[in-house]
Amino acid sequence: MIGIGIDIGSVATKGIIINGDKQCRAMVPTGWSPRDAGQAIIDQLLDLSGIERQEVEHIFVTGYGRVAFEQADKTITEIKCHARGIAELYPEVRTIIDIGGQDSKVIRVGEEGRVLDFAMNDKCAAGTGRFLQVMATALGLDVSELGQSEEPARNLSISSMCTVFAESEIIGLLARGNDKGGIIAGLHQSVGKRVAAMARRMGIKEQVAFTGGVAINLGVKRALEEEIGCMVIVSEACQYTGALGAALLASQL
Amino acid sequence: MLKELVQKFASVREINLMRIKEAKDTGRKVVGIYCTYCPQELILAAGAIPVGLCGTSEAPIAAAEETLPRNLCPLIKSSYGFAVTDTCPFFHFSDLVIGETTCDGKKKMFEIMQDIKPVHVMQLPHLNNTQASFDLWVDELRRLKLRLEEELNVQITDEEIWKAVDVINREKKALKAIFDLNRADPPPISGIELLTVAWSRSFSSNKGEMIDNLNGLVKEVGLQEKTISDPAPRVLLTGCPVGLGSEKVIRLTEELGAHVVAMENCSGYKTLDLQTDTAGNDPIVALAEKYLAIPCSCMSPNSYRLELLNSMIDDFRVDAVIDLTWQACHTYNIEAYEVGKVVKQKGLPYLHLESDYSNSDLESLKVRIEAMLEMVEK
Repeated sequence: MIGIGIDIGSVATKGIIINGDKQCRAMVPTGWSPRDAGQAIIDQLLDLSGIERQEVEHIFVTGYGRVAFEQADKTITEIKCHARGIAELYPEVRTIIDIGGQDSKVIRVGEEGRVLDFAMNDKCAAGTGRFLQVMATALGLDVSELGQSEEPARNLSISSMCTVFAESEIIGLLARGNDKGGIIAGLHQSVGKRVAAMARRMGIKEQVAFTGGVAINLGVKRALEEEIGCMVIVSEACQYTGALGAALLASQL
Repeated sequence: MLKELVQKFASVREINLMRIKEAKDTGRKVVGIYCTYCPQELILAAGAIPVGLCGTSEAPIAAAEETLPRNLCPLIKSSYGFAVTDTCPFFHFSDLVIGETTCDGKKKMFEIMQDIKPVHVMQLPHLNNTQASFDLWVDELRRLKLRLEEELNVQITDEEIWKAVDVINREKKALKAIFDLNRADPPPISGIELLTVAWSRSFSSNKGEMIDNLNGLVKEVGLQEKTISDPAPRVLLTGCPVGLGSEKVIRLTEELGAHVVAMENCSGYKTLDLQTDTAGNDPIVALAEKYLAIPCSCMSPNSYRLELLNSMIDDFRVDAVIDLTWQACHTYNIEAYEVGKVVKQKGLPYLHLESDYSNSDLESLKVRIEAMLEMVEK
């Protein structure tokens, strides 16, 4: 059965099409219209796979934009989709840490991707991709450059969790002549601390996987490993975990 | 027919507003109350009408924040906001308002409220398992009785108190029978309907009529045809008080396809098993015993709440538990840890939500509730 899974996130929209053992994936910026982004993903996936729209049995949609997308045969939460996606990639994983554009979550999973418990950050950009994006702008960098620009040995700890206050704090640090590398390491530490606290509250069970767009940032991975005291697994397709889960459920695999 | 009956309860507030106004014109007194700890029996025995004032709407919160701190529980801000803006007719008609020291926020808010109305504050003990606490609470009930006699210019006799005890015991029994209907599968009454009935009850000026209406509803449901079993998840709601206006979690849960079959909060089942013992000689002592047994998170220890939850989960065949804490309600927020343990030990999903009366977090509440319901589906 041919199925499409789409994860409409606050920053990027990701999609995967599954046809038997063949998979294609695509990603576009969500922009202001989750509906248009979803449509663009479907078009790209059909293009890439050479499959016709009417051959697709189900389209399952997750992510914050899921409710705005009328073509969805079913909407599923990010929590269930991440659990399903990880079960496919790393069946031994028992804790998932997902940091996306506007929220972060910790999911405890059992066998076959069954969700046992979860926690999400509340109403605040602290510990999310948005936090890093604002800080990157203040440092004159693109968010994708943060990971390679950090200098953990010169880590300057950032005490503000709040995005607005942290921005003024790093402007102050720059004004006092501190270099970017140490500040960036401090920012990564700040995100790691925040998310690790949420994970510890729920209880961390190994193995631990790190998913979502922020998982691409090796600095946050390093900080997270330091804070929770164990190794975390990052898939090369970490951004696609939710879309993969939705696609697997859509193709009933 | 059931819908019509529930609708009748929904109109209780409006109808009783007129009745209370008429009663006031003929010289009857009205006493406003905020909490299930308030011994309504004494108000009834004084010949006055008790009305619920607990704020459940966001509307007056902005006005309250001109005086109270923003980082305070929405229930306190809403209650004070209605008072200070004079937008709650029941507060307006109250000759006396009774508060309790259930938390620091309420205790200090009631001090400020005295500028608007006469407020009598009862000192609620923190502990429920010492003789000194019990003696204090008995004294507080006697002090309330004196204040009511002075303020309303009446004599409250033991005989009148015992009569009122009987009325409230019957009311609780009738309301419990309605909640218990939802032990059935499928549950005959939705969570919103249950809330409508339980919440509207507090505005009634005629207890006898209310008890008849409650019993009528139970009878009506009994006559309904039994429908087949429903696979939708059965959710129990616990935590802070909920009323119409602050029912967003119940509404979202039911919109997502689940049934809120039971509520262990003070507008719900929390007090419904508690009956005043009528075997003793002193009605004040009997009332003190009943009220001090209420399993509110402001009491320490509060093991009866955990026992109650444990049995409700079984009795109502619950699939998942939502624990709702209003922002800045420390006692419910901390007790969530113990509640979570009880629920998880029974192998059920447990979702702790912290929120306020605004709609700003509907989407984030929704994704959490939805994910919890997905955990129930097989």
